[in-house]
Amino acid sequence: MSVASQDNAASVGRVGRTFVYLTLLLFALFYLLPFFIMLVNSLKPLGEITGGNMIALPQDWTIAPWLSAWSTAQIGVEPTGLKPYFWNSIRMVVPAVVICTMIGALNGYVLTKWRFRGDTIVFGLMLFSCFIPFQIVLIPMARILGILEISGTTAGLVLVHVVYGIGFATLYYRNYYAAFPTELVRAAQIDGAGFFQIFYRILLPSSGPITVVCVIWLFTNIWNDFLFGASFASGDAAPMTVALNNLVNSSTGVREYNVHFAGAILAALPTLLVYIVAGRFFVRGLMAGSVKG
Amino acid sequence: MGFLDINNVTKSYGAVEVLHKVDINVEEGEFLVLVGPSGCGKSTLLNMIAGLEGITSGEISIKDRVMNGVHPSKRNIAMVFQSYALYPNMSVGKNITFGLEMHGTPKEEREKALKDVASLLQIDHLLDRKPGQLSGGQRQRVAMGRALVRDPDVFLFDEPLSNLDAKLRVDMRTEIKKLHQNLKTTVVYVTHDQIEAMTLSTRIAVMYDGYVQQLGTPKEIYDTPENVFVATFMGSPAMNVMPATVEMIEGAPHAKISDSEGNHVTLAFAQDNLADWAGKEILLGIRPEAITDPEAADRDSNRIEKLANRVGVTEPSGADTFVTMTLGGKDIIARMRADTTVAAGEMFDFAVNMEKAVAFDPKTEARIKP
Ligand SMILES: Nc1ncnc2c1ncn2[C@@H]1O[C@H](COP(=O)(O)OP(=O)(O)OP(=O)(O)O)[C@@H](O)[C@H]1O
Ligand SMILES: [Mg+2]
Repeated sequence: MSVASQDNAASVGRVGRTFVYLTLLLFALFYLLPFFIMLVNSLKPLGEITGGNMIALPQDWTIAPWLSAWSTAQIGVEPTGLKPYFWNSIRMVVPAVVICTMIGALNGYVLTKWRFRGDTIVFGLMLFSCFIPFQIVLIPMARILGILEISGTTAGLVLVHVVYGIGFATLYYRNYYAAFPTELVRAAQIDGAGFFQIFYRILLPSSGPITVVCVIWLFTNIWNDFLFGASFASGDAAPMTVALNNLVNSSTGVREYNVHFAGAILAALPTLLVYIVAGRFFVRGLMAGSVKG
Repeated sequence: MGFLDINNVTKSYGAVEVLHKVDINVEEGEFLVLVGPSGCGKSTLLNMIAGLEGITSGEISIKDRVMNGVHPSKRNIAMVFQSYALYPNMSVGKNITFGLEMHGTPKEEREKALKDVASLLQIDHLLDRKPGQLSGGQRQRVAMGRALVRDPDVFLFDEPLSNLDAKLRVDMRTEIKKLHQNLKTTVVYVTHDQIEAMTLSTRIAVMYDGYVQQLGTPKEIYDTPENVFVATFMGSPAMNVMPATVEMIEGAPHAKISDSEGNHVTLAFAQDNLADWAGKEILLGIRPEAITDPEAADRDSNRIEKLANRVGVTEPSGADTFVTMTLGGKDIIARMRADTTVAAGEMFDFAVNMEKAVAFDPKTEARIKP
């Protein structure tokens, strides 16, 4: 396979390859341009932006907009900066991702290695939950959060995201474990390992790639969610995305674009970080089920 | 009551019965081989002994203890899988001692058991490696080590050699046999390779389509197959089976067959009760090595018959020369000496050892017993 594609690459020739790389470079620049503009403008004093030149590098480099966005900018009525909401998001994302991943892995294990009557139906229903549009569940969810007395809290948001995330997490792990040799489970059974021992000692240690995929997927989705955050936790418990919106909308006097840019980058930073740290495992994990060896 | 008793065991998946009333008693120290073509239910039966598959009806007991419903880890059995099923995340040493750890054996004892098994199998130098860093033969040894370390009542093997190349397979086969001779542990071994079955076993159960076709020692299976399936499945090349008619000549039953020229030839049976079949059709079974050149014929046999026939193809294989000819309308293989003088297309006087010939009822395909 790789030999064949190398042959192809060689036969395309120098001109063709230059063309391919140029095109790729062009698109990369195109996609990076917005980020570049955000970055340079977040490092300028406001005057330079309103002065008109958005593309130019800052004449006066400053990190004041970043400090302002983080700790002093007006969010709604309070001048708190994004800081408390950033921690809100962390307190929401981390438990939700951990709980979803654990339950998803356990579900995948049971659905592939401890099959029971009707297991495909159960899995089908879980899959179905992945495709229910968010808007449909807003009202029933609000009602349930009310009954549980956790509406408007981070705990409530964790619950919402766990409910939504389990479907995908289960899908990932089930497909991954389906390719995991059942003979290993049988060998472990004969060796005397119990249900959880087989899970912890045999399956989990081999689940690195799919766990990375699952965590990245859940982390980005939950971190970037706006609808649930705005609907169920708009006050002090609001997540970062909602706070960013409030930051941009609540500037009464002049619009501090440089602060807005800095805030937007702050809001995107954790997902960016997750991709950079774990991203190279991402593709590997996605491929793991389909290509053996 | 044997050591391992399989009494009237059946297995169904839904409405499909894949094993029908299997009845096998295994004595302590026996090496029982389950052999048969793909899909005949060998693995299913083995998994039922291991407790990995439920028993639909009947009873399996080990050492007089009924095992139905007993968890696999509580049966004191060990199993070697076709894919070896080594835990990929654990070192070789951990793989071998995992079962002991799960059974709560103290660490010092585990270390000692590991040492013993590792030196027995000559894998001392591999203990820190991961299974992914081993060759096929080494993995095979580790898998056996994992089974040995438990000191089980019964070893179960599911086609343990089928992933190895031809040469290594022969070596490991010898090694398994040696191991069994030293340890004398009871073994149930699944294979679809009839040579493995013949060389390793003390007894063989030939299975087909969910039925045990015949249970017996390798010699019984080879010399007196119960039916045409067993006769043709065991042995390589397969037993020659051809239609024949029983004819009485001077009061003795003979097999009347048409030779390569379309003429009738007769071969005197060594089996007297075939007189009851006089004038009727039978299926005559003769193993290739029972058709030879006269110099190589079995001197102990009381019934060597001469057969003049035209040689079809000769295939020298080094140790022997295989000769194909037409007999009874079928292609028949004879096993001759390596330096035999036969030449393709010529007539040759073959010697047929009729003491080794078997007759089958053409309707039921069962052997007509003496
Ligand atoms: N879970 C199952 N559901 C339905 N039928 C099954 C199941 N498992 C096995 N079978 C059937 O049972 C029969 C016996 O299978 P088994 O695996 O024991 O065959 P085998 O003799 O080990 O064959 P092989 O040499 O190919 O391993 C086969 O016909 C198979 O299709
Ligand atoms: Mg099998």
